Amino acid sequence: MSFDYLVLGASGHDGLNIWDILATLFFFILLMALLKKVAWGPLMGIMTQREELIASEIAAAENSRGESQRLLEEQRDLLKEARTEALAIVENAKKQGDASREEIITTARSEAIRLKESAIREIDTEKERAIAAVREEVVSLSVLAASKVLEKEVSEEDNRALIEATIAKAGEVK
Amino acid sequence: MEHANPTFELFGMYGNWSNILMLAVTTLIVFLIAFIATRNLKMKPTGMQNFMEWIMDFVKGIIKSNFDWQTGGRFHVLGITFLMFIAVANVLGLPFSISYDGVLWWKSPTADPTITMTLAVMVIILTHYYGIKAKGMKGYAVDTYLKPMPFLFPLKIIEEFANTLTLGLRLYGNIYAGEVLLGLIAGLATSSVFGFVGAIIPAMAWQGFSLFIGGIQAFIFVMLTMVYMSHKVSADH
Repeated sequence: MSFDYLVLGASGHDGLNIWDILATLFFFILLMALLKKVAWGPLMGIMTQREELIASEIAAAENSRGESQRLLEEQRDLLKEARTEALAIVENAKKQGDASREEIITTARSEAIRLKESAIREIDTEKERAIAAVREEVVSLSVLAASKVLEKEVSEEDNRALIEATIAKAGEVK
Repeated sequence: MEHANPTFELFGMYGNWSNILMLAVTTLIVFLIAFIATRNLKMKPTGMQNFMEWIMDFVKGIIKSNFDWQTGGRFHVLGITFLMFIAVANVLGLPFSISYDGVLWWKSPTADPTITMTLAVMVIILTHYYGIKAKGMKGYAVDTYLKPMPFLFPLKIIEEFANTLTLGLRLYGNIYAGEVLLGLIAGLATSSVFGFVGAIIPAMAWQGFSLFIGGIQAFIFVMLTMVYMSHKVSADH
């Protein structure tokens, strides 16, 4: 077995393979130019485009995050405000209720006192009137009785005065 | 085992039809992959678009590890094309090789030193070009040849040639060695029934390994391209 063919440049002639060199350069440069036009260029374009898209998407997400944060803050404030307002309203209503209760009670109480007083006054008047009537009745009965007993002795006027004095005295004793 | 090359002579210059054929096939495959993958591009990538975007990000990572993106961005297209071109070229010779009348037609184009050296020289010339463009003639000359110490000038000259040679020959050596071993295993497989049975496992192992080597070599080539480029272009090296 001969290994001569392993020797560098054992191509069967002595000159340099100029055509091979030219062909290598030609094919490589042709390939590079073609691919730059139809493959690498568009691919790089789309990769750059994607980078830009991602960057802008990130920026947009950042923006909307800030926006939602702001809205959340705003809503929170509004909620707090509403809560304090509601508390104030309840407090107010309670106060008003208390006040009207007091007023009603006071009115009722004064009305009751007034009614009681007028009732007492009426009772007193009635009592006075009844006593006077009884007294009148007693006097005339006494007069009648005495006149029946004494007939002529004492004039009716003297008798009456005497009896009235007696009754008055009796009233004082009573 | 011993293959001749389909050479030709035109206008006093030599050429190898097999190399030209395989370069054309590589170019066509890379173009089709990239072209089909980038049809119907979407914001939300699917399938092949994901794959291409992964490759772009991968090369972007290589560039970013050497320069800042501001200066390195313009080499992105170069890097991606190199990566795919060399990776495809490296694996083309793996599944089979075709020879006709003892003439080898189908192989990896990168298993030929002429081609890898052409690519390497192209890279080195590009680094010098961009170095001059970035720093001006004087800055380029001082930074490239007289730093860190002026007396290292001869070494710096040697370094440029060494860089070129290693860049091209590393790729060639790896791929060519892989093909030679695959050829030997294939020879064993066709020798007898026992040879075939015995060759199954080594052939599969070596093909898998060569696939790995092919990817790694493409990565290394792009990486070194960017390293040399940043040495010439960036001011702080």
